[in-house]
Amino acid sequence: MTQVFLGMPAPGHGNLFEEEPFPQAAHRELGNTQMRKNLRHATHTIRDKRLKVVGELPDWDDLRDSGSAIKNNAMANIEELLLQFEKNFTARGGIVHWARDASEANKIVTELVKATGSTEVVKVKSMATQEIGLNEHLETEGIEAFETDLAELIVQLGHDKPSHILVPAIHKNRTQVRDIFLKEMPGVDPTLTDEPAKLAEAARSHLRRKFLASKVAISGANFALADTGTLGVVESEGNGRMCLTLPETLITVMGIEKVLPQWEDLEVFMQLLPRSSTGERMNPYTSLWTGVTEDDGPQNVHIVLLDNGRTRALSDRFGRTALNCIRCSACMNVCPVYERTGGHAYGSTYPGPIGAILSPLMTGIEAEDNGSLPYASSLCGACYDACPVKINIPEILVHLRGEDVDAKRETHKLPTQMDLLMKGGSWALGKGKNIGLLEKALPLGRLMAGKDKKIKKLPGIAAGWTQSRDVPAPPNKSFRDWWSDEKESK
Amino acid sequence: MSAKEEILGRIRSALSDAPVAEQTPREYRKNSEMSEEELIEMLVDRLIDYKAGVEVIESAQIPEMVAAKLKDANSVVYPHGLEQRWLSQLPTGITAIADAPGARLSVAELDQTSAVVTSSQVSIAESGTIILDGEPNQGRRAISLVPDHHLCIVPVSSIVQLLPEAMPRLTITRPLTWISGPSATSDIELERVEGVHGPRTLDVLLVRGL
Amino acid sequence: MRIALFATCIVDAMYPETAKSTVKILERLGHEVVFPKAQACCGQMHINSGYMPEALPVVENHINAFDTDDYDVAVAPSGSCVASVKHQHPRLAERLGKPELKERAVAVGKRTYELSQLLVDVLGITDAAQQLGSYLPETITYHPSCHGMRSLQLGDRQLDLLKTVGGINVEVLPEADQCCGFGGTFSIKNADVSSAMLDDKVKNICSTGASACAGGDASCLMHIGGGLSRTGAKPKTLHLADILASTMEETVTL
Repeated sequence: MTQVFLGMPAPGHGNLFEEEPFPQAAHRELGNTQMRKNLRHATHTIRDKRLKVVGELPDWDDLRDSGSAIKNNAMANIEELLLQFEKNFTARGGIVHWARDASEANKIVTELVKATGSTEVVKVKSMATQEIGLNEHLETEGIEAFETDLAELIVQLGHDKPSHILVPAIHKNRTQVRDIFLKEMPGVDPTLTDEPAKLAEAARSHLRRKFLASKVAISGANFALADTGTLGVVESEGNGRMCLTLPETLITVMGIEKVLPQWEDLEVFMQLLPRSSTGERMNPYTSLWTGVTEDDGPQNVHIVLLDNGRTRALSDRFGRTALNCIRCSACMNVCPVYERTGGHAYGSTYPGPIGAILSPLMTGIEAEDNGSLPYASSLCGACYDACPVKINIPEILVHLRGEDVDAKRETHKLPTQMDLLMKGGSWALGKGKNIGLLEKALPLGRLMAGKDKKIKKLPGIAAGWTQSRDVPAPPNKSFRDWWSDEKESK
Repeated sequence: MSAKEEILGRIRSALSDAPVAEQTPREYRKNSEMSEEELIEMLVDRLIDYKAGVEVIESAQIPEMVAAKLKDANSVVYPHGLEQRWLSQLPTGITAIADAPGARLSVAELDQTSAVVTSSQVSIAESGTIILDGEPNQGRRAISLVPDHHLCIVPVSSIVQLLPEAMPRLTITRPLTWISGPSATSDIELERVEGVHGPRTLDVLLVRGL
Repeated sequence: MRIALFATCIVDAMYPETAKSTVKILERLGHEVVFPKAQACCGQMHINSGYMPEALPVVENHINAFDTDDYDVAVAPSGSCVASVKHQHPRLAERLGKPELKERAVAVGKRTYELSQLLVDVLGITDAAQQLGSYLPETITYHPSCHGMRSLQLGDRQLDLLKTVGGINVEVLPEADQCCGFGGTFSIKNADVSSAMLDDKVKNICSTGASACAGGDASCLMHIGGGLSRTGAKPKTLHLADILASTMEETVTL
């Protein structure tokens, strides 16, 4: 019998971290009125679009049920599927590499690029490459990476960070984009206006030269089909097609969780994804390729299968469904918290509701300030309603809060105010008798409220409440006391 | 130990609770009852919505319609397996170049070419999607990408309503390009803008009797 | 029917009238209401704040209080508390490795209803004025709290009941489905974001011209009411139960 090796799931590295407590980041970002205005406009527009196209399909819920089940199956069988994919992709001339973490992936990609002799690469948008900090690494190795996705181009030229997984420059409005182009885009027309159509045209001229001349492209992949060895990229602009077709060398970096069992599963996901992400019936271009096709497209085709904390997420029994994510971004588009703080407040490449669970699952809850992410939610559940693969984000948020509290229990010597409140609450709310006892103090509360019948300021952590809310005067008598007096003594 | 072995080991350990996933339900629509006329109507509606040009014609009209759609082109590239008849009425001013095995156009040459005409493999009416699969009458991917004007022939017999109906008509291992309108972006303020990198003009001829 | 009242801790301590209203409505319909005295709280505050071991005694106490044969159904004037009982209790039991508790939690959850669920699905109420004598000659607007709307899929049950109250005028709340920003301890841990969300909810309520905002969750109403009060806005908050209990003879005052 062969020895079965059991490894220790290791945490991910790279751009997966919240570097300050979320409330602190949120406080700052809430003050950015331009960003809030941009984001409110963008998210409200997309919400209506999504609802409209989703409402068109009589079988939307059936598709979600299938999508969720397919993903659960894929994660349960991920080892077998990855091996199957590798076999099929390799049989058709593709080359498969495995990367344990961000730095290994960066190293592999760098070597592959260097082997071509090229010092420039064109890139299709890939959050996985953002996650591992690929561009920055390539730069230290003397290789320049040109982002070709309009939003990534805006972020790159603006020396900025992405704030959304689908539309990374959502925090910028058209005027800000024009200003970035005017300042940073070589050869730009100085009379460029801020009409989106003109901005898109400027990007087209700027990038076309690059596409037509480039020898090496780096992409991500939306999915990998195990039974055929096929990869797919879903896009709108055509830069994907350019990068996937014209250069001689194509290097794809993809998280291992993107693997799907059968190619027919595309019939589910290509209905779920476009409608959930851009609110369209179908995105303009989807490209599918299986290894190398002679005389058509790149002949030197590679894929780097990336772990970088995904196995760590997989090992969390209550959190692993977060890996079912198809990166549509519907959750962040409907999130009332994301709408107001923007993506940068979350720190990680993956922001919003999915980021609040995926980032700590991939890094461990104690990494940097990722422990503050699961609390960045009022648990309203809008994300769960919108998720095309039915990830129960609120449930996982609560689960991770439990992990966070348990972890802090080990390390904190002194109880916090919250710890004391909860411990006290455990006693007070653990028996009818106890809550009844506490309620004897209600008249005191009435005294505090005074003539106005309002309490304006509470102490300690409860001050957060009274920063924007009055507390009404408590009643003279609790319900249970009333019941006891009125209903029982008669 | 190799990265592969280590990752697979991590996976085994992560799944040591042996999760059993439920049987995948597939209750979504798999077949449609739409008539040919309804399919045409739906596809036309989607193409117009995407700002593609569209005409519904008879097979005999192809040569004259192709010529009409390409009247402003200097040159047009076509895949070598395309029916020659379709190009038979092109005005003499237009150069028609075949992209063929052993006679491939370079990227620079494609960039100088105004238009491309191809057939297509299958089209999905519900989403307005036209799928090319690299067959000789559709050509390699670069030719329908680089020129700025793509004229695409869609045989009416190749139209289905639903994506699940299109899947059996595809050979998944061929290089597939799914096209749903000319290129676009929603990256600025999430407002859709047409015309970025792919062909900015997409003209579609839906052909009855083909 | 014998109906057990699950008052909920916040109603018990801060809004006893809402529990009294619930009792009134059910007695008007001819049912017997009992109040299991051992009850205290559903435990969602602890659970949602991540204090799972501390939540256990609270959850166990609830299950013990309601795992009895001396009532037919239990009712609470709160979507979030009922959602907690139905969904969070079994999950907590599983997380803490208590299969027997989980089974009992599931059984209790099956017999627990939110007020509008009970009135509409079980007691067949379609016209509050006719069947409950409900009367309130005011213009109100309605905020559907998140747990009721999404976890319990209440749909229009609460709104439809309100619309049939005698003399009432219901104005549609703009962006009604947007969370008010309460979220339990979220309101203090992320006070700034919570206040920003509250701000928009208050603006939307004021824009309707209503004299009160109705809802089915006292905790959301306390948060919303607290914001309305702080900004000196005109509208008050009113719980669904208090509106349904309001009659021509005894009309609830704003």
